[in-house]
Amino acid sequence: MQPQRQQLLDGRWHFHYGPIDLIINADGDANAIERALSACWLRFAQVLPELVEELSVLRQPLRQVHWMASPVARRMVRACWPHRSQFIAPMAAVAGAVADELISFFAAEPAIRRASINNGGDIALHLQAGQVYNVGMVSESDTTKAEPQGSFVIDASMPIRGVATSGWRGRSMSLGIADSVTVLADCAASADAAATMIANAVNVQHMAIQRAPANTLKDDTDLGDLLVTTAVGRLPAALVAQALDDGASYAQRLRGEGVIFAAVLMMQGQRRLVGQTSDQLGIQRRYAA
Amino acid sequence: MTGHNRVDHSADHADEFASAPNDVRVLDKSRPRSENMAANKIECNACPVLCQITEGRSGACDRYANVQGILTRVDPLVLLSRINDQSTIEQKDIPPQQQLQHRDLSAASSNTQEVNLTGESAALFVTGVGAGTTYPDYKPAPFMVSSKLNGIDMVTVVTEGIFSYCSFKVKIDTDRYLGPERASIRHRGEEVGHVTTAEYGSQMLSLGGVHHLTGGSKKEGRVTCEMMMVLGNKQAVELEIEGGAKLVVQAGRAPIVDGVEEKHMRVGCGSATIGIFAKQWFGHVDEVVVVDDHITGVLSEHQAGRCLDMPLSGIKMKGRKSTPGRYFQVANPGQGWGGTDIANPLDIIEGFDPEHARPGMRLLMTSTTGEHAAWFVLDEQLHPVPAAMPSAVQKVVERIVENCEPSLASVLFLAGAGGSLRAGVTDNPVWLTNSIKQAITYVSCGGAPAYVWAGGGITVMVDVLRMPDQSFGSVPTPAIVAPIEFTMRFDDYARLGGHLDCVRPLDEVVNAERERSVHWAVDHSHWPLFQKPMLG
Repeated sequence: MQPQRQQLLDGRWHFHYGPIDLIINADGDANAIERALSACWLRFAQVLPELVEELSVLRQPLRQVHWMASPVARRMVRACWPHRSQFIAPMAAVAGAVADELISFFAAEPAIRRASINNGGDIALHLQAGQVYNVGMVSESDTTKAEPQGSFVIDASMPIRGVATSGWRGRSMSLGIADSVTVLADCAASADAAATMIANAVNVQHMAIQRAPANTLKDDTDLGDLLVTTAVGRLPAALVAQALDDGASYAQRLRGEGVIFAAVLMMQGQRRLVGQTSDQLGIQRRYAA
Repeated sequence: MTGHNRVDHSADHADEFASAPNDVRVLDKSRPRSENMAANKIECNACPVLCQITEGRSGACDRYANVQGILTRVDPLVLLSRINDQSTIEQKDIPPQQQLQHRDLSAASSNTQEVNLTGESAALFVTGVGAGTTYPDYKPAPFMVSSKLNGIDMVTVVTEGIFSYCSFKVKIDTDRYLGPERASIRHRGEEVGHVTTAEYGSQMLSLGGVHHLTGGSKKEGRVTCEMMMVLGNKQAVELEIEGGAKLVVQAGRAPIVDGVEEKHMRVGCGSATIGIFAKQWFGHVDEVVVVDDHITGVLSEHQAGRCLDMPLSGIKMKGRKSTPGRYFQVANPGQGWGGTDIANPLDIIEGFDPEHARPGMRLLMTSTTGEHAAWFVLDEQLHPVPAAMPSAVQKVVERIVENCEPSLASVLFLAGAGGSLRAGVTDNPVWLTNSIKQAITYVSCGGAPAYVWAGGGITVMVDVLRMPDQSFGSVPTPAIVAPIEFTMRFDDYARLGGHLDCVRPLDEVVNAERERSVHWAVDHSHWPLFQKPMLG
C-alpha cells in the first residue's frame, strides 16, 4: 500500500502511511500552505521507508551514539539521549520525530501564521510571533466521549514547539500506570521521549495492576520482555499520589536539565504540574481533583 | 491500469476454465524476507515496515492483524445501512414491476407482491470507502462479502481502486459564456482540464485526466490530483478558464461565475421561449424580443406569432437572421442579458420600419431566464420609451423565472477499472468485464450506481453526490483513490473464476471488522444489491 491522504471536512489533512497517521492543520496564506503541504507530502512518502532501513538499530536500547542515515532517526536518537541512563530505545521518540521533520516545511513559509502536525497525540507546532495554540487534554482513550480535562495556551514567546502525551492506555505500551502524562518541550521528539519516560516513572506495585511481558503482546517490540501495564484497577488515593510524585520528581529533574518545559501528570482524579504554574500556562481546571 | 483492446470470448465458456489450475500454488503473500520466521507468524506487506505478526496479534500500525494465520484488516469499514424497520420501506424501494425484471428474484419469491428481505444483512452494504487495495499485486480484493437475499447468495467484491485514468465531467448550468471550447482550465496556475461542449442550458467541463495527472510537470500532476480530490469530496474548487471566466465549482451547489452566483438555467433558447409563452402574451403585447446568446426570438416574425395572426411590428434586429423570428449573434457572449454582453437591451434593435410600426406599440424585452425584463412603448418618432410593465405581462415574465430550474454544478467521476484491479476480482479479468456487459454484475462506487460505458473495458461514471462523504483519496503517483464494488450472484461469481476461498459472509465481516455506518439517505439511488448495471 502506498501513502494516502485526504482532506477532512474541517479543512485539516489526514496523511496515512502504514503505522503513521498525521493530522495536519495550518493557518495563513493559502498559497504558502499549499506549497508547504506539497513539500510535506513528498517528504512524508520517504520517511517510512527510510526508518525501516534502520529499524533494527532504532529498536535496540540506546547505549551509544549510532550514526543514523535518516534525519528522522537522528532526531529520535537526539531526543532519547538525555534518558540513556535508563532503558530507552530511539523508537520512543518516533512519532514526535516524524512530526518535527514535517513541521519544518510549514515553519519555512513566512506567510503561514501557525501550523500543527498531530502524529497520534504527539504534536509538533509552528507559531509565528503573536500566535497561540490552545491545546486540550483528554486522558480517556475514547476521545469521542471524553471531555477535555484541561487545556493550556501555548503562545509563540514560549520555548514550546512540541506537545506529547503518554500513558498505559495509549497505542504504545507503558511500563507505568499513569492515565496520561503530557509534556511540553522545545520539539515534539523531545516531548515524546520525555512523556514516555515520565509515564514509565509513574509506578507502584499493587494487586490491581496487571502486567505482561511486552513481547507477548506485540511482535518486534523495542521493549523486549519488560513488563508493561495491561490493566489498572482502582488504587488507594495514597498510592496514586506516591506514583504521581515519583513521576513528577523525574519530570522535575528533566525540567532542571532543560529537557522539558513543563509536564502535566494525571491519574485517577489526581494530577501534578511540573515546571510552569498553572497560571503561567493558563491551565484551566475543569475537573475536581 | 491499462485497458484491453478487444473482447473475443464470452463468459459462456467460463465453466471450462473456472476451476483454476491447481498445480500452481499462488502465495497468499510474498515469501517472507526473513528465512527464520516462526511458523505461527505471517508477514504483512501492507506497508514497508513488513511486520511479522504472531497469530492473535496486530502489526505496528494496529490496522492489520494475524487472525488464525490470515492477514486481516482491523480498520473500520464504511457500511451503508438503510432503515429496515418496516418491510413497507423495502417494498417501496423495489416496485413490483421492477422485481419481475430482476433475474430469478421473482422466481425465488413465491409471492412477488411482497419482497421478503430476511435478516438484517439485506439492509447493509459494505462499501469500498477506505477498504484499501491490493494493487498492484494480483491478490484478491480486500473484501469479498456474501449476503443472502430471498434465498439467493450474492457476492460483493469490495475494493478501492487507484485510478490514473480518471477525470471529472462537470456540467455547469449557465447561459453565461464561460470561455471558448477547448480552452484550458487552470487551478492554482496549473492546467487541470479544458472546456468541452456547450449543452442545452449548460457548459460542460472536463477536469483532471491522466495527461494532467502524470503527463505534465510534477507540479501539474500534484495540483490536478488535489483539485480532483477536493472536487470529488464535494468541496469547492476555484477554476480559471483561459480567455474566459473564473469559476467556483462545488458538486450540487450553484456555480459562481466571476464572483456572481448563478441562480437559474434558462427556460429554453430565445426562440423556444417565444414558442412556449406566445399564447400567454397574446393580446397584451405588440412585440416580444427574447434576448439570448444563441437564438434571439422575435414574436411577431416567429412561427408562433404567425400562427396567432399577429401583425409584423416592423422591428429591425441586429445579428444574423436564421429563420423568421430567429436571430443569431445579436451581440457578443457575456455576462449581460441572456448570456450576451448586452446591458441595455435596446442596443440589439436597429430601429422600427415605419411601414409596419406605429406610435403606441407595446414591446416586451426579456432574457431567457426572466432575470432581465423591460417594457417599452413606441413614441411618435417610433423610439421605444421605457414604461411600467402591465401586471398581465409581468406575470408571464414571472412564469419564465418559475420555469428556470436552479443552476447547479454537477460533478461526475469517470474512471476505468484496469487489469490489476480486475485481477483482484477474478482469475481472468475479461470475464468480469463481460459479466458486466451481460448485466450479470452490478457496479457501484461507494454504493452509488455507476453508469458503465458501452465498448471495451470497465469505464464507469458516477455522480459524486450519491457517494459517501470523503470517498476520494490520493497516492503519490499521483493518482486518485476511489471505492468500487462489484455485486453478483454467488454462482455467477464462481463461474467467473472468482476468488471463492476469500468470500466471507456479511454478518461475519460486520462482526469481525470495525465499522463505520453511513446511512443510505440518497433519494433515487438504487440499493446496490439485486440491480442490473446501468449499461451504456
